Amino acid sequence: MISALKHAFSGLISNLEETGKVTRFALRYFREVFKPPFEFRELLRQCFLIGNKSLFLVLMTGFIMGLVLTLQIRPTMMEFGAEAYMPSMVGISIVREIGPVITALICAGKVASGIGAELGSMKVTEQIDAMEVSGTNPFKFLVVTRITAATLMLPILVIAADSIAIFGSFLVENIKGEVSWQLFVNQVFSSLDFGDLIPSTIKSFFFGFAIGLVGCYKGYHSEKGTAGVGRTANAAVVMASLLLFMLDFIAVLITDIFYEI
Amino acid sequence: MIESNSSRVDQMTASSTAGSPLIRVQNLKKSFGDHQVLRGFNLELYPNENLVIVGKSGSGKSVLIKCMVRLLVPDEGELFVFDQSVPDLDQNELDQLRTEIGFLFQGSALYDSMTVRENLLFPMRRHSDRLRGEDETSLVEEALENVGLLDAIDLLPEELSGGMKRRVALARTLILKPRIILYDEPTSGLDPITGKEIIQLILEVQKKYKTASLIITHDMDCARVISNRMIILVDGVNYAEGTYDVLSKMTDPEVSAFFK
Ligand SMILES: Nc1ncnc2c1ncn2[C@@H]1O[C@H](COP(=O)(O)OP(=O)(O)O)[C@@H](O)[C@H]1O
Ligand SMILES: [Mg+2]
Repeated sequence: MISALKHAFSGLISNLEETGKVTRFALRYFREVFKPPFEFRELLRQCFLIGNKSLFLVLMTGFIMGLVLTLQIRPTMMEFGAEAYMPSMVGISIVREIGPVITALICAGKVASGIGAELGSMKVTEQIDAMEVSGTNPFKFLVVTRITAATLMLPILVIAADSIAIFGSFLVENIKGEVSWQLFVNQVFSSLDFGDLIPSTIKSFFFGFAIGLVGCYKGYHSEKGTAGVGRTANAAVVMASLLLFMLDFIAVLITDIFYEI
Repeated sequence: MIESNSSRVDQMTASSTAGSPLIRVQNLKKSFGDHQVLRGFNLELYPNENLVIVGKSGSGKSVLIKCMVRLLVPDEGELFVFDQSVPDLDQNELDQLRTEIGFLFQGSALYDSMTVRENLLFPMRRHSDRLRGEDETSLVEEALENVGLLDAIDLLPEELSGGMKRRVALARTLILKPRIILYDEPTSGLDPITGKEIIQLILEVQKKYKTASLIITHDMDCARVISNRMIILVDGVNYAEGTYDVLSKMTDPEVSAFFK
């Protein structure tokens, strides 16, 4: 009993410690991101790699989410005779919640783990040390570029996911209810306003930041050995996903305040 | 190729003690948590000499040389390179100092996402002032030619064998023409023949660029061929010091264990 308590307590302490370390890592990012020299080429390369790695998966998942969502909600809406509200309903749920969260979770799986494994193996094979002694600040070259790239790319990926999900939803509506593309899109956009688009875009930036941050943090503090690198990738996905849900919760709380005003 | 160079050693030690040391380490201490790794290490590295440090694995050899380029910061003691106190340098001075010190990492540490060419260009991106008007590409080619790997210029590290990787790493270390080179187990992870080739290469490089070298190893063959002087690291201190011939005749069990 006591040992169980002790175990829980030490778990709590180590979680708090980790939170502190991640926060310090994030602060170091903000200290270094605006300081020259800037690594633009590496930043562009990372943006390309992140897009390249996850675009296909994000589009696939977005499309299927659009289809499935519409197929499942449609019967209920028809029961209430609210079929005409389908496009607005689907549009709002995709743009506000499903698009950003699904995209972010996919990127947590692909991007955060990829960054974690890459930096982890660079750490244990002393490549990061080699950079340091050759006069390039490895935090700037590796970490700042990757976090920035993830932050910039996630909103773009979210827009891609939203668009294809709405298209998927349209396909179902078109086949089952014979709605034209023009009417559907008009309906979707008339129900969406800046109060939907802006918070979800801001949220996406934060998601991207969290994904880059966790991947880099875990990789930069990887343990020795190749097994350590595997654990690092895994831990990065777990931590990034958790952080995403917490951020999402906070974002919803904040936007809720604005809707009430 | 393996021959005793004791006559050269005697000259060396006679002349070098007169000159001032390039690296001077005094009473260096470094712990990680409760684990005391270095407990008062002393060392002097003189111009043109090949100083070999041997010690068991985990005895703190890598920690010692990482302190010299401030990849690690010592807890206590003095550490001078070119008469500059390494722990007290600011970032600019440190970067400047690091261009004068080559570091060959244990596992080669080539950047795996970059080609051989990009690996060699990397140290120059922040130090174009050191090119002395020479063109980057010709420097890369010269460095690769020195290690006999000009053909590999556009390959990725994953396409190279272990011995080739070590050569490329050596070329990358040499590219800014450092005055001191620190070798962390240059033959580890290589088969004996490739290891000997690397040793020969190190000796050639030495002759050509007239660098002082500090070589860490537990390969006694390597130590015998390369060293002018050796230090045996036991329990975090310099336990014994001397030429290979002198040390190999010592009866102290801690020392003779290395020569079995
Ligand atoms: N960054 C570090 N953090 C904690 N312990 C370390 C670190 N670097 C080295 N050590 C410990 O210091 C000891 C000496 O390591 P090292 O110098 O790498 O040994 P070697 O003589 O084989 O090169 C080892 O026990 C190692 O675990
Ligand atoms: Mg070592």
